[in-house]
Amino acid sequence: MRLSRSLRAAALAAAIAVGTVLPGHADEQFFPLQSYRVGPYAAGGTGFFGGFIDYLNLINIRDGGVNGVKLTWEEGETQYEVERGVEVYERLKSHTGVAAWNPLSVGIAYAMIDRITKDKVPLITVNHGRTDSTDGRVFPYVFPLLLNPYSETSGIVNYVASREGGADKLKGKKIVVLYHGSPYGKETIPIYKLLADKYGFSLEQIEVPHPGNEQQSQWLSIRRAKPDYVVLRGWGVMNPVALKTAQKVGFPVDHIIGNVWSNSEEDVIPAGDAAKGYVAITTQASGAEYPVLQEVIKTVYGAGKGNLEDKKRIGSVYHNLGIVNGILNVEAIRIAQQKFGKRTLTGDEVRWGFEHLQLDPARVEALGAKGLFHSINVTWDNHEGDGRVTFQQWEGTKWKVVSDWIAPDWAFLRPIIEKSAAAYAAEHNIKIRTSDDPPVSQ
Amino acid sequence: MFDYQFFIEVLVGGLLSGVMYSLVAIGFVLIYKTSGVLNFAQGAMLLFAALTFVSLVERGVPFWLALSATLVIMVVLGITVERTVLRPLVNQSPMTLFMATLGLSYIIEGAAQLLWGTQVHGLDLGIDDVPFEVGGVLISQFDLFAAAIAGTLVTTFALFFRYTRTGLAFRAVADDQFAALAVGLRLPRVWAAVWTAAGIVALVAGLLWGARLGVQFSLSLVVLKALPVLVLGGFDSVAGAIVGGLLIGAIEKLAEVYVGPLFGGGIVAWAAYVVALGFLLVRPSGLFGQKLVERV
Repeated sequence: MRLSRSLRAAALAAAIAVGTVLPGHADEQFFPLQSYRVGPYAAGGTGFFGGFIDYLNLINIRDGGVNGVKLTWEEGETQYEVERGVEVYERLKSHTGVAAWNPLSVGIAYAMIDRITKDKVPLITVNHGRTDSTDGRVFPYVFPLLLNPYSETSGIVNYVASREGGADKLKGKKIVVLYHGSPYGKETIPIYKLLADKYGFSLEQIEVPHPGNEQQSQWLSIRRAKPDYVVLRGWGVMNPVALKTAQKVGFPVDHIIGNVWSNSEEDVIPAGDAAKGYVAITTQASGAEYPVLQEVIKTVYGAGKGNLEDKKRIGSVYHNLGIVNGILNVEAIRIAQQKFGKRTLTGDEVRWGFEHLQLDPARVEALGAKGLFHSINVTWDNHEGDGRVTFQQWEGTKWKVVSDWIAPDWAFLRPIIEKSAAAYAAEHNIKIRTSDDPPVSQ
Repeated sequence: MFDYQFFIEVLVGGLLSGVMYSLVAIGFVLIYKTSGVLNFAQGAMLLFAALTFVSLVERGVPFWLALSATLVIMVVLGITVERTVLRPLVNQSPMTLFMATLGLSYIIEGAAQLLWGTQVHGLDLGIDDVPFEVGGVLISQFDLFAAAIAGTLVTTFALFFRYTRTGLAFRAVADDQFAALAVGLRLPRVWAAVWTAAGIVALVAGLLWGARLGVQFSLSLVVLKALPVLVLGGFDSVAGAIVGGLLIGAIEKLAEVYVGPLFGGGIVAWAAYVVALGFLLVRPSGLFGQKLVERV
């Protein structure tokens, strides 16, 4: 009897821990999480998914869910491997009320595009993913929210221009892009070329093979090239090794600009003093001083339901990205509920919510996130939502924001994105949506 | 016009990087030489050692105490592996033993993350990585330090194996296991000593690689750097590991700089394997490896 009671208690505790409720529950919106808490990328995974879950918990504890609809979730470990990510997808896709998928993995996201399109559930690739999935006419269910790789590139070039005193000062400058030898790393090769042509700077793009734990020859080549700036488009161990090797060849660290996957504490701490002064782009500031973070600390961690084991990581780059991702997902549900009713929504209805996810600075402030991120303005054909970027500099123990919110050159990028999306549509025989299409699939 | 100064800089940088590869390769050689096992878990042992050390230091344990404690833990780990995994599999095929070490590598990696967490850590050994200039060529202080440590380690092992009873037993077993058994040498004891030595090498390599990459999961991937070194130098030769490491380090750096642009760059990872494969075709036992003669 005692054993049976213990088993039931353990089962209940496990159910609470994963945030699940029994299938068929009337008022729940479910998030299947393809997380990675072990393996080579666990540091980023625990931070991002920890932040995401912390925000979902905040909404449940503080507000009783979104208009009474509880947020639930279940994690499936992927170790950042594509096949495991797909396995988790197949296992969890039948759950009631799936709201959206948030894998935080380019590889897994790519493998899911056809599946989620068929199943009519949104796929969120915050700050990453296919650039041309910004075009909602061709990719109705994919949302590279806040920042796609081309916008990131444009944001970095605009920042360099601001440091040089204006875009006209870029002419004659030299920029080296040191990129990870993967589809992710190579995604921005064409856009850097176009921007170099537009602004008249000379460009050299150098590949670092995965995993990037040896970069001596690349940095010696950089030393010989004598660039004004190096853009670090890295991932994982490649980032601290780049900073350390830059120091070895005497390249000034404050002229290295990291991209959005080279901007976390995990990228700089292993590099020690070599990282002091390093600058990186971000869509969300780090730090725990924002009201929403304070509420998470008070309400979620105060109740003993915080997801991070190490509370010192609250407010870190990945944790805050998870918080912002939580805000975007929850607000999309809230917006969709205004149209379809305060109940469990279908994936297609949540997709509609994402396509109307318009959070201006006033709404961002009301959500307690003023300064954490700028704004977003997603439409049915613009699935990125014109996110702004800012730049942060590593001071040795924390990041410090060193720029205003900068807008990428969307007008320049949009035709390039549409051209690529049109080619994808032609190749996959996809009918391009128009504004006359019904709000949700019939 | 050919830039000789740049060429020398790349060459020196490559040779010094090669020392780091040699450090990992030596761990493989020690075990292969005495037991014929290609220990794929060497990278995981390296990760485990570095993660244990840095986690102890971060919990306030003084540097030398943490180093000593990690050393003891690595010795215990080495002996445990020998007792629980390899001894029961004695006389199994090399492929079985290899698969056992492959499985072992996953277990050790998982245990390391379970015990010490998944966060990345910085590791400062107090040696600056700021370069100094010799005739216009930049040389890394840290690389020189690593080379000195590797040299000391190899010298220590050479003296140990030459002038101690255990070393003599090691050489006898390496030369002929059956003859060593016939004269009464206790093979398990020698294997335990060798796994202990491999644990020590893993600790040294883990600290040096950890100081360079940060202590994180990808430390275990440095085994991939050691494999072409072993093919080139020979799987059963410490000298081969040293020479092979230097050659691979230099070749891959020069190839990346001078040949890489012809292929769009990024060839450093596979250039070393091209050389190793080519060498395998010409001299399968490597530069210093023993030629295998089997009676049929």
